[in-house]
Amino acid sequence: MNINLTMFSQALSFAILIWFTVKFVWPPLLAAIESRQKTIADGLAYAERAKLDLELAGKRSAEILREAKEKAGEIVSHGEKRASEIVEAAKAQAKIEGDRIILGAKAEIDQEVFRAREQLRTHVSAIALAGAGKILGREIDAKAHNDLLDKLVAEI
Amino acid sequence: MSTEQVLTPSSYIEHHLSFNVKQVAEGGFWSVNFDTLAVSGLLGLIIFGFLWWVVRGATAGVPGKRQAFVELLVEFVDDQVKGIFHGERHKFVAPAALTVFVWVFAMNSMDFLPIDIMAWVYHHIFGQERFRAVPTSDINATFALALSVWLLMIFFNIKVKGLRGWTHELFCSPFGAHPLLWPANFLLNLVEYVSKPLSHSLRLFGNMYAGEIIFLLLGMWAATGLAGTIFGALLSGGWAIFHILIVGLQAYIFMMLTVVYIAMAHESH
Repeated sequence: MNINLTMFSQALSFAILIWFTVKFVWPPLLAAIESRQKTIADGLAYAERAKLDLELAGKRSAEILREAKEKAGEIVSHGEKRASEIVEAAKAQAKIEGDRIILGAKAEIDQEVFRAREQLRTHVSAIALAGAGKILGREIDAKAHNDLLDKLVAEI
Repeated sequence: MSTEQVLTPSSYIEHHLSFNVKQVAEGGFWSVNFDTLAVSGLLGLIIFGFLWWVVRGATAGVPGKRQAFVELLVEFVDDQVKGIFHGERHKFVAPAALTVFVWVFAMNSMDFLPIDIMAWVYHHIFGQERFRAVPTSDINATFALALSVWLLMIFFNIKVKGLRGWTHELFCSPFGAHPLLWPANFLLNLVEYVSKPLSHSLRLFGNMYAGEIIFLLLGMWAATGLAGTIFGALLSGGWAIFHILIVGLQAYIFMMLTVVYIAMAHESH
């Protein structure tokens, strides 16, 4: 148990080992560890941000959904209003059209009546002429009595 | 164990506690304990080779089990250093602490080798009559470590505070800067500087040496017959299990003291 040269040899190997560790063992491993720590920290921060984003997106989507529902309701009510308007307009149009048709028909009927009366008049005059001819026993000179007849016709 | 001589307890213990001394030159000092150097050097090569191998393949991505183990070790040491040393620790102090911890732990662990089986191996396979496998139970090894740390301490004292600052501290602290107090200050600092490497090295040496001696004493139960052998083996097993704690603890304490001494050198009073 005496001190001898062993001590110095041992100290030398100790120095070499320290140098080796300082130079070759510690720095690369520390770099790897720190780089991984950074990666993990970044990942955690990213996850946190993503979670916040998700929350925000959820809120926004709910809002959008609510808005869409509102809009849809609006559109439906608007459509209903528009439909009833169209129906009303169509009803009014139809009424006008119907009135017009009725008016036309009435005019036509009047015309028809007038024409029939006209025809009737000529027929009546012819019948009257024929009757008068027969009564008189001779042909009435149509030409001679035309004015008379015309007057008669106008009177009927 | 040589069979020629009569085996007595004292010769048994003495045999196990003698170093494999190789004389380098004339004189008591010029010799080396071959066993201490060989075992510590081999352990250093294996362990730091292993660390280097792992670190070379280290990835910043998902680490393998091997890398995770080494990282665990590094982070453990780094955490300890972080608590004591306030400064740029990655440049020297933390890796030095890792070196100390790992190496001392490995050298202490040699205590777990079964002494008598290993003695047979040394004798019959390596042809060594005397061989002590635990480098940290050699006062030379622990003194070498402690004195290296001591030199580092003085180096950092001068580097951080300058030669003047350090001399000033030697004479003016802890009591005060009054000239009458200089001798007292210096005396106290002297005692401190002498006691630091002594306590540092002797603590480790004493623990490991005592552990070895207890293994030897328990090994002597084998001399009392079969029952004694079994009893001694059981006790040795128990002591070995308890010794795991001592091996780890002493390595840890040695590392912590190393860091504390170097940290103290960085702080001015």
